[in-house]
Amino acid sequence: MNILNALFKTSLGKKVIMAVTGLILVGFVIGHLVGNLQIFSPPEKINAYAHFLQSLGGALWAIRGFLLLTVVLHIWSAISLVLENKAARGAEGYAGQKTLRASFASRTMKWSGLIVLAFIIYHILHFTTKHAYGPELFMVDLHGEQVLDVHTMMVLGFQKPLVSIFYLVAIALLSIHLSHGISSMFQSVGLRTRAWSNCLNKIAVIVSVLYFLGNAAIVGACLTGAVEVQNAKVKAALAACQADCEVCESRIASIN
Amino acid sequence: MKVKLKVWRQENADAQGGFEEYEADKVNPNMSFLEMMDVVNEGIIEDGGNPIAYAHDCREGICGTCNCMIDGKPHGPENGVTTCQTYMRSFKDGDTITVEPFRAKAFPVQKDLITDRSALDKIQQAGGYVTVRTGSCQDANNLPIGKDIADLAMDAAACVGCGACVAACKNASAMLFVSAKAGQLNLLPQGAPEKDKRVLNMVAAMDEAGFGNCTNQYECSAACPKLISEEFIAKLNRDFIGATLRKNFQAKALD
Ligand code: HEM
Ligand code: FES
Repeated sequence: MNILNALFKTSLGKKVIMAVTGLILVGFVIGHLVGNLQIFSPPEKINAYAHFLQSLGGALWAIRGFLLLTVVLHIWSAISLVLENKAARGAEGYAGQKTLRASFASRTMKWSGLIVLAFIIYHILHFTTKHAYGPELFMVDLHGEQVLDVHTMMVLGFQKPLVSIFYLVAIALLSIHLSHGISSMFQSVGLRTRAWSNCLNKIAVIVSVLYFLGNAAIVGACLTGAVEVQNAKVKAALAACQADCEVCESRIASIN
Repeated sequence: MKVKLKVWRQENADAQGGFEEYEADKVNPNMSFLEMMDVVNEGIIEDGGNPIAYAHDCREGICGTCNCMIDGKPHGPENGVTTCQTYMRSFKDGDTITVEPFRAKAFPVQKDLITDRSALDKIQQAGGYVTVRTGSCQDANNLPIGKDIADLAMDAAACVGCGACVAACKNASAMLFVSAKAGQLNLLPQGAPEKDKRVLNMVAAMDEAGFGNCTNQYECSAACPKLISEEFIAKLNRDFIGATLRKNFQAKALD
């Protein structure tokens, strides 16, 4: 049995895949949140950050490929384990089986995961490929260079209540997923012991709640107007639009 | 007291089963659950019926034979006891009690409440033992073992192999059983030489038998009549990773 066989063919190996890919994804989503919290700084900050990421070129594609592989492995092991688990009960199930201590989060991992997957696809269409993005994209001057105005894109994007609600629901489900996942991954690689399991469970819940609040703050601030569009041209056009909606589209479209 | 029973009846492994209802009146609260079943069975026999088949042996909570699901929990409502040590005082007068066999693909029902749990024996045969030399016994205290390690190994060794962990697990996983059986030996110097082989072989036998995978919900530990901790599952996971790495990177003698 070589290592790949042990990882991909045994029950414990698949759990290790689940845990390691879960850990990578947790690292990514927390880093992603910290980057996005720059929305609360002046627009230059987040625009420069986005421009920096775009300028990585080949490295950016390597990171994207790595994350895609991670998600694919996570979902592959999830599906494989869930199917085996279903089969393991046998043809005749219980008339009634009590739940003794399993948390709500742990019993809904596959559903929270599935909706998060749908969200990830929408999110990439929304802000990465911009297929699902409503308003035009604007360029803005950054130290004499024309860069994409990500700040305005985010604010306008989250001003749509339906979009914001979907984001909030998905983030809530991901936080629930993580409230079990973060302690579960330690168990799967054998690092959860009675000595600190209570502490670990609390850490998982605190990280998940903070993760939800951080994301909710971004969405909420844009939706409620606490963070506003600061691109002068877009602002002027939006103000004029309040007066006459008819010509609004063409006026916004003519900015670039 | 009086209770109603809803019991799974199934003629044999291939027959279609179903629930049947029975009344048990004049139940003494200090009867054990199995004694109550005996009384119900006497009534069934008097009426010319086929008594309910259930497994039991020691009736003192140490053999792990007497397993069934009582109201959705293996071994009934109390914590840390087997079915034979569950008493009718744990139920209320007038209760309807649902009794079904343990359900797992690896535990086929043989008759009524009796399941075939030889899958657990197969896992044991794959590595749940130590190879010892025969001959005169060793000097006492030749192998010093710290009390904390001895106590921990004893916790794992409390496993009676009843299969309640499999029955309670949402995925019918046998991880608590395997982790206890491997853990009790892996912790001790007698078990150390065969540790890696034991872990890999027992996990392979567990997968082979068609048990589910652990999703770290610890229903097993909550249902265990011996209260074995899920900590042993973490230890098994850790030992499995170590054994896999060592197997691949350790120098080996020629065959
Ligand atoms: C994309 C769709 C996703 C699906 C379908 C999914 C599904 C699952 C499932 C079924 C489990 C196993 C639960 C268990 O063993 O009880 C799991 C565990 C986990 N997931 Fe996800 N998940 C997804 C996305 C994510 C994301 C985006 C993250 C991180 C940000 C994440 C982090 C974790 C962690 C840390 C675990 C625990 C690993 C372990 O049990 O050892 N998942 N996921
Ligand atoms: S009959 Fe032996 S443990 Fe119950």
